[in-house]
Amino acid sequence: MNKSYDIVIVGGGPAGLAAAIAVKENGVDSVLILERDEQLGGILNQCIHNGFGLHTFKEELTGPEYANRYIEKVLSMGIEYKLNTMVMDISNDRVVTAMNRDDGMFTINAKAVILAMGCRERPRGALNIPGYRPAGIFSAGTAQRLVNIEGYMPGKEVVILGSGDIGLIMARRMTLEGAKVKCVAELMPYSGGLKRNIVQCLDDFGIPLLLSHTVIDIEGKEHIKAVTIAEVGPDRRPIKGTEQRYTCDVLLLSCGLIPENELSTAAGVTLSPVTNGPVVNESLETDIKGVFACGNVLHVHDLVDYVSEEAARAGASAAKYARGEMPDGGSTVAIRAEGGARYTVPTTLSPERMDDRLTVRFRAGDVYKNAYVSVYFDGEQIQHKKKRIIAPGEMEQVVLTKKQISEYPGLKTITVKIEEE
Amino acid sequence: MYDIIIIGSGVIGCAVARELSKYNAKILVLEKNEDVCSGTSKANSAIVHSGYDAPEGSLKAEFNVRGNKMMEEVCKTLDVPFKRIGSLTVCTEEDKLPELEKLKKRGEKNGVEGLEVLDRDELLKIEPNIGDGVIGALYAPTAGIVCPFKLTIAFAENAFVNGAEFAFDTEVKNIYSEGGVWHIVTDDREYTARAVVNAAGVYSDVFNNMVSEHKLRIIPRRGDYILLDRSAGGYVRHTIFQLPTKLGKGVLVTPTVHGNTIIGPTAVDIDDRESTATTAEGIDSVIAKSALSVKGLPIRQVITSFAGLRAHEDGHEFVLGEPDDAENFFNCAGIESPGLSAAPAIGQHIAGLIKEKLQLSEKDDFIAERKDILDPSTLTIEERNELIKREPAYGTIVCRCESVTEGEILDAIHRPLGARSLDGVKRRTRAGMGRCQAGFCSPKVMEILRRELKVDLTEVTKSGGGSYIVNARTKDGESHE
Repeated sequence: MNKSYDIVIVGGGPAGLAAAIAVKENGVDSVLILERDEQLGGILNQCIHNGFGLHTFKEELTGPEYANRYIEKVLSMGIEYKLNTMVMDISNDRVVTAMNRDDGMFTINAKAVILAMGCRERPRGALNIPGYRPAGIFSAGTAQRLVNIEGYMPGKEVVILGSGDIGLIMARRMTLEGAKVKCVAELMPYSGGLKRNIVQCLDDFGIPLLLSHTVIDIEGKEHIKAVTIAEVGPDRRPIKGTEQRYTCDVLLLSCGLIPENELSTAAGVTLSPVTNGPVVNESLETDIKGVFACGNVLHVHDLVDYVSEEAARAGASAAKYARGEMPDGGSTVAIRAEGGARYTVPTTLSPERMDDRLTVRFRAGDVYKNAYVSVYFDGEQIQHKKKRIIAPGEMEQVVLTKKQISEYPGLKTITVKIEEE
Repeated sequence: MYDIIIIGSGVIGCAVARELSKYNAKILVLEKNEDVCSGTSKANSAIVHSGYDAPEGSLKAEFNVRGNKMMEEVCKTLDVPFKRIGSLTVCTEEDKLPELEKLKKRGEKNGVEGLEVLDRDELLKIEPNIGDGVIGALYAPTAGIVCPFKLTIAFAENAFVNGAEFAFDTEVKNIYSEGGVWHIVTDDREYTARAVVNAAGVYSDVFNNMVSEHKLRIIPRRGDYILLDRSAGGYVRHTIFQLPTKLGKGVLVTPTVHGNTIIGPTAVDIDDRESTATTAEGIDSVIAKSALSVKGLPIRQVITSFAGLRAHEDGHEFVLGEPDDAENFFNCAGIESPGLSAAPAIGQHIAGLIKEKLQLSEKDDFIAERKDILDPSTLTIEERNELIKREPAYGTIVCRCESVTEGEILDAIHRPLGARSLDGVKRRTRAGMGRCQAGFCSPKVMEILRRELKVDLTEVTKSGGGSYIVNARTKDGESHE
């Protein structure tokens, strides 16, 4: 096989696919997608519910349908890919080591690498839930795979801890399969998932969402038999006397997603302690030259449409880099999150390198009603936009234009804030 | 009739079985769980103590020091990970400093070599992340860390290869002696044997009390632990114990042979011999106490917490050998810490006693060595590619967190006393032991178990018994095939 490519894309999920298409559209033919699973499409393949693609295609698609739009394009463009192939290492000079059954272990030299590995679910162990460790406890995505791909049910009486989107989707899915979903308990006073999922997956099925509640005990030595749920105070510690026991044979966990950056770390990429994803500039390039990142490995998204859009930007940037057309140096403007905005992606921009428009994405740390999203250029308010509701479960964005920035020579810091009245 | 029946396949039962398999004898190991290493042996600190702690002249001291000396050779022969990293017992209170010298003297009397009392400056040179309040420590260079799963499994596999039989999912209900023959009644049949070894862990008093008037009382002593990801590996270099303080007994912080960090345990006496549930207070206390000896531990990188039960006997001592009123019934009871460290020595001792009593002769075809499941990451790229060409399953990563290949999982299932459950695969290969805690690999390992054991997916379990993972098809489940 070819031992060097202009661009290697690690991951063939929605991010990797959109990035690959953009690479090709931007004039680079030598591109290879490495995918660890047996098919392209990533986690979308197990997301058989609909609601994907409203922004991109203006229609409601299922996960596999959404993935297929991109897979077909990748195939028709003749983009190379390898399935069942695990990337084992990426060096800081972009040597990618990978392995599969047919090729064994091999290395590829790449001019640019696009990280698109996605994320993983926070496991029970990381949550320090006390009690037994029996069978019947699943992260929501693992259960989703068992139900939707393997065609097996883990049980009939379900309690869900955490109101992340996969948990909400699985509440509906398990109900449709005849299981009784007793409740969704959420530690925080607000949901971690999209409003539309609360309505369509819980409210429509009469499944209670218990905000400010958590699981404080798990019973069952071989298989889970019951959990105890308690209300938590503002300090997120259980309040005595509020304990309620729920019998169940399944506990699903939907308590957050963690970008999967072990390979990024191996390449020397600096991670943000807030997003757990790489720190990137306007081109979605990490602090290791020629290494780009997009999708859930960069920061956890709410909608796949935004993943595709962001990945296309990473693909275009990587293509530019591989062609040797990425201007070096120039000035750097810092982008900071303040006052309720937890982070921004990207965290820097170069006025010389940026496109005409740059979307800066961020998430709020709390629920805000009738608050403003503001942008400051070195202390001067540039944008001030009222929003009816801002919630941690939904990603927010501001758009910066090259024209506007060019009017502020010497600009040092752009600040994104949530401001209350 | 068997020559010897061993009750329990924890590290002690398996160590005894392996030593006995050197002799011409018909041996049976009875285990109530579906796999070896399913009780105390699977949930402990995974350390090999140097041996300064137990009182001079005690069995604990004697067997700890002997076991420690044997461990390196045993682990080499049986291909088990063991590292002699040394331990530090740290002192945080000025008035307790003389304790360190006392422990050193006791250790020396117990036969522990190389003990040294270090001051803070000396300590910082070898353990930079030591807590700010630590003023000195007892350094025990002979202490080490071992994989308790692999040690137990290795003893068992080697015993099996040398002819010992194992019966799993078999619970002993009664034991009685008739005409000099021991009768062991299990849930489904009765076995007879010339000699019995009681290596039943937290149940060892139950079996002793069935046959002897010298009653024992085991109190299960629960210990909560937390385990940090390998990404936090190297944060400490030694096993770090704490001298007891005004606030009570301390906790230890230690690297594991696989590069994780273990913190724990608590010590809570309980009634239920199966109660391995962790508690919020336990986990909180482990975290709080660890800060006394190690500063800035990356607790956020916790990947799991667990609890184990120590078989604490009232006499606070190992109970080894025949009670005087039960001939050919050999106790290995009250085996709590330093039981893992002492295991090779206890195995040798008990097997020696039985050999004498039953007049066993040595086998001339005993196979001493055992090879562990091949870890491909220890190979060069060329060797690895040769392997994948020969056996392509070694080219497929199943557990991405721990980089475990399908080839290793197949080996775990098909080797002697192979894995039959997710936990069995996990303890043999580490698949599912990483930061995602089997989120990604469990459906894949389930599928491999289904295929290799030729069962339905609903029959694949986490750890045998009623620990099924899925129990029915979805409405259109058949169409997934």
